[in-house]
Amino acid sequence: MPSGISPDARPDHRGPALRVEGVWKSFGDARVLRGIDLELAEHDVVCLIGASGSGKSTLLRCINLLEPLESGRVFLEGEEITRPSVDVNRVRRRIGIVFQSFNLFPHMSVLSNVTLAPRRVLGMSHGESVERALGLLDRFGLADKRDDFPDRLSGGQQQRVAIVRALAMEPDLLLLDEITSALDPELVAEVLNVIRELARGGMTMLIATHEMGFARDIATRVCFLDNGVILEQGPPAEIFSRPREGRTQQFLQRIVDAGRL
Amino acid sequence: MSLASGGPPPPARRYDRSALRSTLVALGSTAVFFGAVGWIVVHAPNWPDVQRSFFNGAIWAESVPDIVPAFWVNIQLFCVAEVFILVLALILAVLRSLPGPVFFPLRLLATVYADVFRAVPGILIIYILGFGIPALQIPGVPNSTFVWAVVSLTLVYSAYVSEVYRAGIQSVHPSQEAAARSLGLSEFQALRYVVLPQAIRRVIPPLLNDFIGLQKDTVLVSYIGVVEIFRQSQIDQAAAFNYTPYFVTALVFLVITIPLARLVDVLIARDRRRSLAGAR
Repeated sequence: MPSGISPDARPDHRGPALRVEGVWKSFGDARVLRGIDLELAEHDVVCLIGASGSGKSTLLRCINLLEPLESGRVFLEGEEITRPSVDVNRVRRRIGIVFQSFNLFPHMSVLSNVTLAPRRVLGMSHGESVERALGLLDRFGLADKRDDFPDRLSGGQQQRVAIVRALAMEPDLLLLDEITSALDPELVAEVLNVIRELARGGMTMLIATHEMGFARDIATRVCFLDNGVILEQGPPAEIFSRPREGRTQQFLQRIVDAGRL
Repeated sequence: MSLASGGPPPPARRYDRSALRSTLVALGSTAVFFGAVGWIVVHAPNWPDVQRSFFNGAIWAESVPDIVPAFWVNIQLFCVAEVFILVLALILAVLRSLPGPVFFPLRLLATVYADVFRAVPGILIIYILGFGIPALQIPGVPNSTFVWAVVSLTLVYSAYVSEVYRAGIQSVHPSQEAAARSLGLSEFQALRYVVLPQAIRRVIPPLLNDFIGLQKDTVLVSYIGVVEIFRQSQIDQAAAFNYTPYFVTALVFLVITIPLARLVDVLIARDRRRSLAGAR
């Protein structure tokens, strides 16, 4: 990718929405990612499944440049975002991430949580940012929570606000990091429904999840991560019904035994 | 009693009665205890001497109009210094929190600053700046002892207060910064809008504690010739050859610091309640 282009310019031939090439990542002696290759076309919804510690969250954090890579490259719409000269703040505007633990800003109202980045990063006026935020809050049934602080909301509501906060930046790609794992079971559905709606709307998403039923419903492709590599990937019907790899079979069997599929 | 009226009332009434009894017992035992101590003190053989020297009514009446106005100087000192301290300490704490190898010199500077000014006794700084700098007679450099008193107190207290801020910054979970950065906020914006507002709220009680310490330490600048409350009480003490003026001064400090100390307690209790509520 030529580096002379202006930061906002997108290359003419847009590559895949996301391409991950040979990504390695260690924490100390622990090799968490060992050569990940992955490609998402626009409107793809890819679910990452695998045991805890298989590297799902780390992969998402690497794509969002929250963790530096050890080696490998990541391309967003054909532009390498892992090159040293890249403006990480500019890249992160285009990639939204939602965390397991919500990470809402506790000192701000729901509305301020959502408008902060559009105002401070995109330079939107207060009025514009509020209009955009209220539109999104309304769409996800949170309009009456606009002035509440996060600690007044249920976990499901908090997570929906976190999704809205990411959407307010109108990202090209949304990363979801086990967003229902910290929720009480009865609150999971309301959050998953939001994601279903986003998938219908064509949002490109990479989702780390333990919700296998959800992955089977929503994913255009499922990737099974094992010990830092993508061991197997394919359409959900294939992965869940006819897994090729022994490790995938074992993992799914454990999920079935636990009554989660 | 109908069910609609709520919980069963008899136990509640019993509780009220026992609470009242506890209060009465506490009041009674407090009165007896301090009454006994007071009686012993005033019936001690040397009490009249102590009273004449420390709690002399006539000297009290004479020195109050001298001493209380002199406290205005202390108020100016700690109010002006506190503003500079809060700003300088915040800058130091932020400098120390900057990541990356490029900022090593700034981190080093802030670290050395905090180490030096916490290590050296404040009175030395006050002497060095209060006597030393005006003696240089550098044109344009102020030689007002008040100015150098404020500078000295600011330098010493900023070192402590920057540590308080830093503890606050470190107490904000890294996931908060990650959330801010993931939205595209720059490192500085994440600090400014997300980390610092939470950090500062958490350290208000220790900041108030340091403010109380600063109020008391304003008496140290009397040594470089600022006539504030302590110097004034020394003058009155020497004139009357009686220690009552010191007790007037002590009382003035009690009057202003005790409410602040209680405020700190209230804030800590409130934070505790909040974090307990948040942990539900």
